[in-house]
Amino acid sequence: MNQKGRFGIHGGQYIPETLMNAVVELEKAYAFYKNDSDFQEELKELFKEYTGRPSLLYYAEKMTKDLGGAKIYLKREDLNHTGSHKINNVLGQLLLAKRMGKTRIIAETGAGQHGVATATAAALMGMECEVYMGEEDTIRQALNVYRMELLGAKVHAVKTGTRTLKDAVNAALQDWTRTVENTFYCIGSVMGPHPYPEMVRDFQRVIGKEIKVQILEKEGKLPDIVMACVGGGSNAMGAFYDFIPDTEVKLVGVEAAGLGVDTPQNAATIAAGKEGIFHGMKSYFLQSDDGSIAPVYSISAGLDYPGIGPEHAYLHDTKRAEYVPITDEEAVVAFEYLSRTEGIIPAIESAHAVAYAMKIAGKMEQDQVIVVNLSGRGDKDVAAIARYKGVNLHE
Amino acid sequence: MSNIKLAFDKVKTEGHKAFIPFITAGDPHIQATEEFIYALEKAGSTIIELGVPFSDPVADGPIIQEANLRAMANGIHIHKIFEMIQRVRKNTQIPLVYLMYANTIHYYGIQCFFEKCKEVGVDGVIVPDVPIEEKEEFDRYARENGVDFIALVAPTSKERTKEICEKASGFLYCVSSLGVTGTRESIQTNLVEMFSEIKKYTQIPTALGFGISNPDQAAEVKDFADGIIVGSAMVKIIERYGEESAEPLMEFAKGFVEVL
Repeated sequence: MNQKGRFGIHGGQYIPETLMNAVVELEKAYAFYKNDSDFQEELKELFKEYTGRPSLLYYAEKMTKDLGGAKIYLKREDLNHTGSHKINNVLGQLLLAKRMGKTRIIAETGAGQHGVATATAAALMGMECEVYMGEEDTIRQALNVYRMELLGAKVHAVKTGTRTLKDAVNAALQDWTRTVENTFYCIGSVMGPHPYPEMVRDFQRVIGKEIKVQILEKEGKLPDIVMACVGGGSNAMGAFYDFIPDTEVKLVGVEAAGLGVDTPQNAATIAAGKEGIFHGMKSYFLQSDDGSIAPVYSISAGLDYPGIGPEHAYLHDTKRAEYVPITDEEAVVAFEYLSRTEGIIPAIESAHAVAYAMKIAGKMEQDQVIVVNLSGRGDKDVAAIARYKGVNLHE
Repeated sequence: MSNIKLAFDKVKTEGHKAFIPFITAGDPHIQATEEFIYALEKAGSTIIELGVPFSDPVADGPIIQEANLRAMANGIHIHKIFEMIQRVRKNTQIPLVYLMYANTIHYYGIQCFFEKCKEVGVDGVIVPDVPIEEKEEFDRYARENGVDFIALVAPTSKERTKEICEKASGFLYCVSSLGVTGTRESIQTNLVEMFSEIKKYTQIPTALGFGISNPDQAAEVKDFADGIIVGSAMVKIIERYGEESAEPLMEFAKGFVEVL
């Protein structure tokens, strides 16, 4: 097996020959710029002045008291410009694209967070931007579609397959095979062919780095658990990465169980998936009995994906991280709970991680510490949650 | 020597080019596919390429995507395709090649899959999402079982062409255009350049595909390669005539065979 870009047996570069040269070119460019001090300085400056980093590590005191166990801290990625962690990766990739002389950016998006971040950074850097989004998601997240258009991006509603994130990735890959000569594909998660999983992780790594400094400042020790929601897994990988050597820190990825992992309506790849090859990588995927990719479901458009990044697959294989499922219902309860308890409306994706904290905090000791990565804010989800609750809104 | 190589040698000796039609297995159902194979052989095809349906055929354009959906709606499954080939092999030895995605093979079990290919008589496999970097994981079992793992070379391959050519077996699938499969008005790639590069490194037969949709187009580009692959244009016929496609497929294929 080719060892390039592997995490254990996972990862690799399973993509059409037409795209290979572009991926190799990206690999070389990234290998160079990752150690280039000008590039890193420029990115750091953007993180600080444009995104508003470092993001806060907030002690959720009311939530902690209410649950009556471990102290809960929220890593406030929701406070970033554009409202989620996605901007970290996008600024890194677009800065790289610019250095590589690419003029056109394409991206896929599920909930629209990555699409909005990409459209934003493209506007900032003066690049042409087209975003692929499953038609189903353009309905669930109509506001984000308009937001992207406002930022000057063209949004394509993808009408194939399940019309969600997986199909948006397919469409973006197909666009890229046509336009590879001038186009940079800005992948939104720690997935796809090498070097994407590694590169996206590196751009998101700032989350875990900051958590480490901040928690040491506030608690004088490392946390007992760092938890984050996982679709493709970029916010989780970013939060986890710097803690991997600290084996006393438990890492927990929270997957979307939809209507339950024992039903076909879920997106919990580790709980219900099998090893496979798709979207450029070997990893775990939800599959049907002929090796096709299974249609998946979650209330959260951002977690509604049949696979998981290859480094997560490896962390699961080696038992360094644990992956747990949370249902739609549990996530919605957490969405409302955090809103009322702390006055923070979380993205429905992040609410999955909050839900798991609610499940276990009470069973832990009061001197223990949980850090929940609050990957995004929930403004985009308000209408969908209202619909879920049967509330009629007239916007 | 592989059946594929023999078939190319034969057309070469006869002084013409190979014609390689593509159809999606199980479109609209598996019995029809069996009939279509016979019809295409009768028309004078050299090799027949069979698409194995997959939920997410990322290298394929809308026409073949739709064919995948039609076949999957009728419950097509790789086991049924292997069974069909077992039946076909009682009647014809025309080389048969699968076009499929990596996950279907991985799910089946890579070793078992190529053993099965050998057992039923699948001569080669084309996997668009496996570039040379990842080839060995599959090719070692393909070689063990005498199945040709057919490589693709694209207009963007450039300096990769050498390694692709050196590792090629069966024939080299030359992608005429950027993008996904589908019919095109014209081919924009500089084929002279592409093929002079290929010919530097290999004597293996070459077949040109992606976007060739009528005999006139085939006639225009036939001198570059040893064979021509026609996919979406064949599938369009099945889209139109359904299970009654044997006759029109044969007529359409004859048009290509004549000019090649």
